[in-house]
Amino acid sequence: MSEIPAELRYAASHEWAKVEDGVATVGISDHAQDAMGDLVYVELPEVGQVVAAGDETGVVESVKAASDIYSPVSGEIVEINEALEDEPELVNNVPYEGGWLFKVQLTDEGELDNLLTADQYQAQIDSE
Amino acid sequence: MVLFMAHRTALYDAHLAAGGKMVDFGGWDMPINYGSQIEEHHAVRQNAGVFDVSHMTVVDIAGAGAGARDYLRQLLANDVDRIDSGRALYTGMLNDNGGVIDDLIVYKQDNGYRLVVNCATRETDLDWMEKQAGGFAVDIHERPELAMLAIQGPKAREILAGLLSGARAEAVSSLKIFAFAQDGDWMIARTGYTGEDGVEIMLPNADAVTLWGQLLAAGVAPIGLGARDTLRLEAGLNLYGNDMDNTITPWEANMGWTVMLNDREFIGRQPLLNQQENGHAEQVGLILEGKGVLRAHQKVLMPNGEEGEITSGTFSPTLGKSIALARLPAGATGKVDVEIRNKRQVAQVVKPPFVRNGEVVYKEL
Repeated sequence: MSEIPAELRYAASHEWAKVEDGVATVGISDHAQDAMGDLVYVELPEVGQVVAAGDETGVVESVKAASDIYSPVSGEIVEINEALEDEPELVNNVPYEGGWLFKVQLTDEGELDNLLTADQYQAQIDSE
Repeated sequence: MVLFMAHRTALYDAHLAAGGKMVDFGGWDMPINYGSQIEEHHAVRQNAGVFDVSHMTVVDIAGAGAGARDYLRQLLANDVDRIDSGRALYTGMLNDNGGVIDDLIVYKQDNGYRLVVNCATRETDLDWMEKQAGGFAVDIHERPELAMLAIQGPKAREILAGLLSGARAEAVSSLKIFAFAQDGDWMIARTGYTGEDGVEIMLPNADAVTLWGQLLAAGVAPIGLGARDTLRLEAGLNLYGNDMDNTITPWEANMGWTVMLNDREFIGRQPLLNQQENGHAEQVGLILEGKGVLRAHQKVLMPNGEEGEITSGTFSPTLGKSIALARLPAGATGKVDVEIRNKRQVAQVVKPPFVRNGEVVYKEL
């Protein structure tokens, strides 16, 4: 069973978002990292890049496959997790902590309502 | 309504018990990994691992007199006359255009031959083999009741020999590379698909379950298909369907060494001779200089404007970089560009294998 923290919001495409002071930290779910297998490369967006919810903002690559990352929210990229350049396995080991991908300064906090709750995300996984 | 049921090997329950993540592979439920594919990879390079390869197709060829021999000398691009009884040979089985229908290992037994072919190509292979058998006194007999385990790694033979006794232990300890021994229902061959020392054993299902348990208890790691792929790619070994298929000849897939051009006729011989004269693309290795991962079907751009394609790509756990096999116009050397998600990245052309017996061995071209 994969871990799905109750306090986070989730995109159907398996990203999570955690909002503090108008900034969303974004990563991929435990379920997603487990399905990908050992990650060996993470391509992140650039700081300053303006993105809309659903925009492609990076790629995570495991030994077996590459998977696009989509921003679950709109706004400006204000920080990226540079540690992943040398340690992509952080995403496997601590997907909700040290394995975060990037942070977005939100343009509209109301967008969070479009994302799934932990229960809804669990239901989606169960139906896959 | 017909429900599709995937095939399961005798070790299916053992895979689940070992934490195997099961996926469909050519109609078989097989483990992709048992946790970390990279750790499994290192276990085989540094110690020992066991693979369930029971999905592979085993076919025995028997024939009165010289029937089987004559048949296989025509069917296969390599010549079974090059080996004595107790020896194995890697070869392609070609179509009339010289394209590779499958790659396989043929074992010469005292009273016939055994072929081990790929599972995804099983039906095509068997149809072709039946079709070509006309005029030969041969009996083609599949052996689905046999399981197959590959035990690979620098410590593999030592650990395995300690679990066996008598002729089987002796075979594991003393067989030469590409030699095999038979003892009762077991056939033990010093072959593999990892670039490491080790053996492959064909044996009855019940024995396979027992041996699997003994190996795991002795510290041998169970290895899934994921690590099987990175290991074979580091070893520069082809994967059928990726690196070659029925439109690709052995010359184009770095399998020239498996073709025996002598005075005998074999299927695909003339097209191979023609291609030898007219030139052809070549398979080389690539090492990505920057970060990212090379993948099958990415486009390769040569400095002179010619193009090629990656046939297999992955992240190499041993090198810590991405590696690939690619089919490029003849004579490629130096640096090339690879198109990864519309960006060009530099890769070095090398001669595979990348890794053999735990050592990095590639040569830059």
